[in-house]
Amino acid sequence: MEPFTRVHAVAAPVDLPNVDTDRIIPARFLRKPRNAPDYARFLFHDVRFDADGAEKPEFVLNQAPYRGAKILVTAENFGCGSSREMAVWALDAWGIRAVIAPSLGDIFRQNCVQNGLLPVLLPPASVATLRRQLHERPGATIALNLETQTVTGPDGVGYRFEIDPFRKQMLLTGQDEIALTLGYEVAIAAFERRQGTEMPWLSAGRA
Amino acid sequence: MFEKVWARHVVAEGPGGHVLLYIDRHLLHEGSTSAFGRLAKAGRRVRRTDLTFATADHYILTSGAVATDPEIRGMVETLGRHTAVQGIVYFGVDDARRGIVHVIGPEQGLTLPGITLVCGDSHTATHGAFGALAFGIGSTEVEHVMTTQTLWQRKPQVMRVTVEGRLALGVTAKDVILAIIARLGAGGGVGHVIEYAGSTIRAMTMDERMTVCNMSIEAGARAGMVAPDETTFAYLEGRPFAPRGDGWARALAAWKTTPSDPGARFDREVRLAASEIAPTVTWGTSPQDALPITGRVPDPAEAAEGARRDSMVRALAYMGLTPGAPLTDLKVDRVFIGSCTNSRLEDLRAAARVVKGRHAVVPAWVVPGSGLVKRAAEAEGLDRVFVAAGFEWREAGCSMCVGMNGETAGVAERVASTSNRNFEGRQGRGARTHLMSPAMAAAAAVTGRLTDVRTLAG
Repeated sequence: MEPFTRVHAVAAPVDLPNVDTDRIIPARFLRKPRNAPDYARFLFHDVRFDADGAEKPEFVLNQAPYRGAKILVTAENFGCGSSREMAVWALDAWGIRAVIAPSLGDIFRQNCVQNGLLPVLLPPASVATLRRQLHERPGATIALNLETQTVTGPDGVGYRFEIDPFRKQMLLTGQDEIALTLGYEVAIAAFERRQGTEMPWLSAGRA
Repeated sequence: MFEKVWARHVVAEGPGGHVLLYIDRHLLHEGSTSAFGRLAKAGRRVRRTDLTFATADHYILTSGAVATDPEIRGMVETLGRHTAVQGIVYFGVDDARRGIVHVIGPEQGLTLPGITLVCGDSHTATHGAFGALAFGIGSTEVEHVMTTQTLWQRKPQVMRVTVEGRLALGVTAKDVILAIIARLGAGGGVGHVIEYAGSTIRAMTMDERMTVCNMSIEAGARAGMVAPDETTFAYLEGRPFAPRGDGWARALAAWKTTPSDPGARFDREVRLAASEIAPTVTWGTSPQDALPITGRVPDPAEAAEGARRDSMVRALAYMGLTPGAPLTDLKVDRVFIGSCTNSRLEDLRAAARVVKGRHAVVPAWVVPGSGLVKRAAEAEGLDRVFVAAGFEWREAGCSMCVGMNGETAGVAERVASTSNRNFEGRQGRGARTHLMSPAMAAAAAVTGRLTDVRTLAG
């Protein structure tokens, strides 16, 4: 996983609340392999392209100033709905490294950190201010620093965000979570022994 | 209840409030393919094949045919191959027990009180109806559970939603959960597990409790739970994978300690009165956009200026609706009865009661939740009721709830659906979904428009 330390890049505003992961990547693309050369095209496909495959000019990522965006600044509950991790894969394929929001879908947020995308939660008023600035100055940049847990807006104003130390460390180092957990083998095995004695009925599957 | 289940599954404390949580049940479907691929590539095995179970539901066709699209067919075939290599119980293509993962888990007695259960699907909250902590995870976490039988999780907050009183005639569990979501909002439960309580919930059957828990994620909550009680235990006793004999007695004793203690504290409390809940339909493109069937399409001009109004304008345009129109004036093009929300035997019975002696005037599908639900329904003659009324009686699967298998509605088609999501494009690009109960969907099928099922009685 690519570590996340700092990103200073163009940010794109997404103003509607409750953008679901079906909208981020429609179901018919979920069977495509992640290394498909056109994976980035699946991102927001049905709101980004018309039925003939032509770009819809009104969609934010189709507008020239935002084409190089690496940060999305969204309304509340972005990434709600389906657990499809492909929503994060599509954002990643397009080049998005971080999502700033007042709130995010729980599963989406978890999927972000599994893929080195930084989820940043800020108070609604702060996020609204950032989105307004991005509209006023299309192509404006935002600076993210995970180490110091700060967002610096286009106007130079800084905001501190909270992230729990576990996720912060995992993102900063890009460490593989499975490798980390395999280091807990002794504790896992001990748990299984105890549970096997106390709740033997849980072991049920015999192929 | 949540606190107890959580505490019993902590393997290790990590930094920053994260814990390594043990997972008692891992359910897989065709969407697990990429996780299996990475597992194989890393040269690893599934750690606990005795706690891991698989079925084909998302990509399998419900026509009974084999998919001609090689990618869709490949999703099903690959699951069969991986489960065979790993030695995992697989309720496969020709197995009568095959069905929607959230239907067959409980049906087979895999879902038990007090356990942790995960699946790469957001509707895993369904299993919380048994007092399990059950939640959806992404593909990377699926691989993590395959390899370690654990997950790193941060403890969520707990919200209690209490519903008190008796439901009026024609009002179902689906109406209850749609009303709860409308109250909380689509993001109201973010960061929370919901515990459903109150006399309305306690009076519900397991099928009904599953419908309620199923849609927790539509209010933003990753999990929903109902305290296990005699209804739960009666449902589970004798199920194929449920404990038996001495194991049953020991399990029962343990399960009875699962419910919250009197005086347990919750981070948030929400109360609803059953008497205030009517047969409900959604009008917009978020499950929170729900209204009593007696209502009218809302007018954005009456909403506060800002994101809410903009969302409404967009939703009405997508749905092809005029503000102020009575909901019962809306003509439907298609009806879908199925999904992990409403495809169990009681759901099919409720729909058949409405359909009996009438005829569908639009294309209408019934997709049972599992092969065993289908068989049980046929034993009661429900299939004959549906077929005589012009419905299609199909094989088990997710089908048009999500359309991954290619079973989708057309552009601008208005669908009365018992599924869980009315998102833009959910049932097919441009398709317009109205969510409702099985009885209400059946009523829409026989009238050709959204219909208050209470006006059809008799």
